[in-house]
Amino acid sequence: MLLNQFLILGALLFSLGIYGLLVRRNAVMVLLSIELMLNAVNVNLVAFEAFLQNANVGGQIFAIFVITVAAAEVGVGLAIILMIFRNRTSANIDELDLMKW
Amino acid sequence: MTVADWIAEPTNWVYLVLALVIAVSALRVVTSTNVVHAALFLVLALAGTAGLFLLLSAEFVAWVLVLVYIGAVIVLFLFGIMITRAPTGPNVEVDHQRRAPAAMAAFLIFIVTAGSALTAFGDKQISNLGRGTSTEVIGEQLLQRFVIPFEVVSFVLLAALIGGITLARKDATPAEEMAREGSDA
Repeated sequence: MLLNQFLILGALLFSLGIYGLLVRRNAVMVLLSIELMLNAVNVNLVAFEAFLQNANVGGQIFAIFVITVAAAEVGVGLAIILMIFRNRTSANIDELDLMKW
Repeated sequence: MTVADWIAEPTNWVYLVLALVIAVSALRVVTSTNVVHAALFLVLALAGTAGLFLLLSAEFVAWVLVLVYIGAVIVLFLFGIMITRAPTGPNVEVDHQRRAPAAMAAFLIFIVTAGSALTAFGDKQISNLGRGTSTEVIGEQLLQRFVIPFEVVSFVLLAALIGGITLARKDATPAEEMAREGSDA
């Protein structure tokens, strides 16, 4: 297996996540796109770990850290979206233009 | 390395299938007009990624991905979708109108990252994967070399837990506040 086939898949996942992040109106779907981007990072970390084969399996451990932080991020993110929905009865981020100049 | 050599390796067939599943379902995550479908396609993309990790002999990370993401995060997402009553009908505008600049930006980022990977790592091979990373090694490293980040991550989780509860909790109205103070006294 080439290292590049994993890196390019990671790049594809990341750019799809960027597209979703920019184009979605619903805040929950924006969070879904962020998950895609974090997943791309995990693919890269594990691929590099398999490539370098260090004795301290740093790549895999950091992938686990990324997964943990992503779980925390989803929890807080959904709580914020819930608050916004409660206050404005809509979770569309393009309607949140209160601070727009 | 020619294409014929690449095809001859059986692991590359597995990779090809998994990569196809991941790419198609990731595309559906960002293009699907139904929020629930998008979340379910994310499950498929994550399951494909877990398969990829197994292919790279990272067993523990693969199962952590399945447990944490597919088991917990997606359930949280589905809760979020149901609670915020996200539009699930067929003719709802889930995307805004400026798709072309977004696609352009995503494409440019893909070109830059994939191009730099190609120039930097040309023909480098992943070999000698052996029997896989044992969970024992990961556990030892996690509690020796990486013990400080490990503790920091546990604090992050605790902070997120408290923050999530505090944010999502309904604040008592002043009348309820008064009533509670009255009953305490």
